[in-house]
Amino acid sequence: MKGMTLIVKKTTQLIAGMVFMYGIYIIVHGHLTPGGGFAGGVVIAGSFILLILAFGSDFLNLVKEESGSTLYENLAILVVLFLAVSGLLFGTRVFFLNWFPKGTVGQLVSAGMLPLYNIFVGIEVAASILTIFLALIIFKEEISE
Amino acid sequence: MNPLIPLFVVIPLAGAFLIMILGRFIGELNKYFASLILLVLVILSIYSLATTGENLSLYKVGGWEPVNKIPIGIYMVMDGFTVIVLCIINVIGFLSAFYSISYIKRYTAENYFYALFCLMVAGMNGVVLSGDLFNIFVFLEISVISSYALVAFGVEKNELEASFKYQVLGGLASFLILYGIGFIYWKTKTLNIADIKEVFNAGYDKSYYLFVQILMLSGFGLKAAIIPFHAWLPDAHSSAPSPISAMLSGVLIKAVGIYVIIRLFFNMFAVSEGMSVLITTLGTLSMVIGVFLAIGQWDIKRLLAYHSISQMGYVVMSVGIGMILVSRGARPEIASLAIAGGIFHLINHAAFKGLLFLNAGAIEYTIGTRDLKEMGGLAKSMPATSATSFIASMSISGIPPFNGFFSKLIIIIAAIMAKFYLLALLAVIVSIVTLASFLKFQRYAFFNKTDNKNENHIKEVPFPMVFSMVVLSILCVLLSLLAFPEIREAVLTPAIDILMDPGKYSSQITGI
Amino acid sequence: MIVYWLCFILFLVGLYGVITRRNLVKIAISLSIMEFSTFLFFALVGYIDGGVAPIVDPADPVKVYVDPLPQALVLTAIVIGLATTSMLMAVIIRLYRKYGTFDIREIKNLRG
Repeated sequence: MKGMTLIVKKTTQLIAGMVFMYGIYIIVHGHLTPGGGFAGGVVIAGSFILLILAFGSDFLNLVKEESGSTLYENLAILVVLFLAVSGLLFGTRVFFLNWFPKGTVGQLVSAGMLPLYNIFVGIEVAASILTIFLALIIFKEEISE
Repeated sequence: MNPLIPLFVVIPLAGAFLIMILGRFIGELNKYFASLILLVLVILSIYSLATTGENLSLYKVGGWEPVNKIPIGIYMVMDGFTVIVLCIINVIGFLSAFYSISYIKRYTAENYFYALFCLMVAGMNGVVLSGDLFNIFVFLEISVISSYALVAFGVEKNELEASFKYQVLGGLASFLILYGIGFIYWKTKTLNIADIKEVFNAGYDKSYYLFVQILMLSGFGLKAAIIPFHAWLPDAHSSAPSPISAMLSGVLIKAVGIYVIIRLFFNMFAVSEGMSVLITTLGTLSMVIGVFLAIGQWDIKRLLAYHSISQMGYVVMSVGIGMILVSRGARPEIASLAIAGGIFHLINHAAFKGLLFLNAGAIEYTIGTRDLKEMGGLAKSMPATSATSFIASMSISGIPPFNGFFSKLIIIIAAIMAKFYLLALLAVIVSIVTLASFLKFQRYAFFNKTDNKNENHIKEVPFPMVFSMVVLSILCVLLSLLAFPEIREAVLTPAIDILMDPGKYSSQITGI
Repeated sequence: MIVYWLCFILFLVGLYGVITRRNLVKIAISLSIMEFSTFLFFALVGYIDGGVAPIVDPADPVKVYVDPLPQALVLTAIVIGLATTSMLMAVIIRLYRKYGTFDIREIKNLRG
């Protein structure tokens, strides 16, 4: 897949970073405002997809990227699972127990383990959507050849 | 709270993702890893079967205690019926995974296969253990999405087409279920099965209730492939790799279809006569039509797939007879006999249908075709496959020393005692037709001497495949022990009690 | 009440598409339409007249909030829908590669 025109490339370069930061904002504030891991993860994946679409997969040499994003996806979901299982080891020993100190309502660092879940779910969603996208476009190219 | 309950979901889920990561480093050892995970689950589930008995154990995920006796968290429930289905899932799952060690060599991407396999087992364990409707939906989707991928695993024309058909119909079923859940939540403002029962007990709108029941029955009926909704099953089950066919046919349609239907219609909805007559009719229809569709098939796996529809019809019919009797409130001993027959046949079907699909896989593995007309004389060159498939065929058609006979006998006796003579007659006829169909299978595959041009280089399949088949055939014989009253009391009676008693399940969970 | 009927009509539109369309991609789109009608229905179930978004505000505890549970359910269902749709699209791309067409009438190896 070839890239798009210079205007598109330049604009994307400017926007993609901001989109990425916005995704991080949504993930980190997931326990305070609407949004959270899934929504933020999709936005982050969107910033990567924007870059890939603008520059084209030839420029980025996308052949092995898919296995990298699969690895991140698997690691992130294992961390989420580990956080859930950690409830079995501490406190009243219940699966998915929120055993961290809760903090005060409305603070950024509060709500126990929820921000941690949000962050890792965000990584997982971003990586998996990127994997799906890469799998579909790389496959698409095999056909056209 | 029983600490084992979440492990049934956590272990296969973690295993699935560990396989994906470890697969990069340990390579060959990876395939034993999946079998190891499932072996652990088998041990856990048999331990649970031995210890659960009459009591019902509850797990409140996240430690959310009920407020004013209204459950607010996610509940996982393990009772007599759950542990039976858990045992089926994990035992068949372990044997299929072990069988795959040599079978799946000819496909690429073994890591993905085992990861999806573990994910499917995790989903099914979750469906069985979950105590609220939405979790049933989520786990159901986990298991069926991985089964979509597994059906298409061969990525040839047939596999992809079957997977597409399966996905469209499966998607439709999911939306129907989701609508049903929405309608239930609208009226009751709760998702917990026990709590929904309590709320509906307080009073409900008749036609609304009926509408929700129909939605749920058609949604889960599509997943279970009861006859008007069966179109996807023969394609999907015959196109998948053989261990997956064994899982789909032996376990998946039971865990996400029949189990949920039985659980919801006994423990969540009040048992009504109209609905139970409908369920019995659907079961009878699948029993009769399934077997007549099967008899003309020449593709082994397609033949077995149609027999799955027919045998599931036995289970649904028998449970339906039990429901009719429960709704009339008369003769509980016959109702319990009918339900016992249904659950017994559910267990047996997992054993012999899993075995038959593994046999079909072994035949396909050695001679590379599924067409019965091109086989013949395999009995001499593949003794283990031949012997085990003979046991399974006799078992599915209800020949005395094997397990299928006893469960069918119980079903027929229950139907006669409940004065449903027509259903009993149909059950006998279907059993005879099944026997004819499997005699054809035996004769053409193993005994019919053809020109035998390739007999010399046909060898018995490798050890892992033989091991799985032999274990399952031993199970086929051993399970007939469940017909004895003492063993039946210990295993089946707790399950029947929890289903028969209308208030027991919900009162034990909500504590009212 | 009319919104619920509209939601149901959206479901029927999707069902009509699944039954009548011959193009694989259009069938996938119709399935998505059905899916979104389900999500819309859930959102309607949770709606309360005059309610606000369920973010707890310590300063004003007497606000009426809409029911947050259906929204959580819809989010979960959207994630599942994403998985189903991408799975379906992957199979459709593979099918296109094997058969060279999206027409369902020409994809009929399996019968009976």
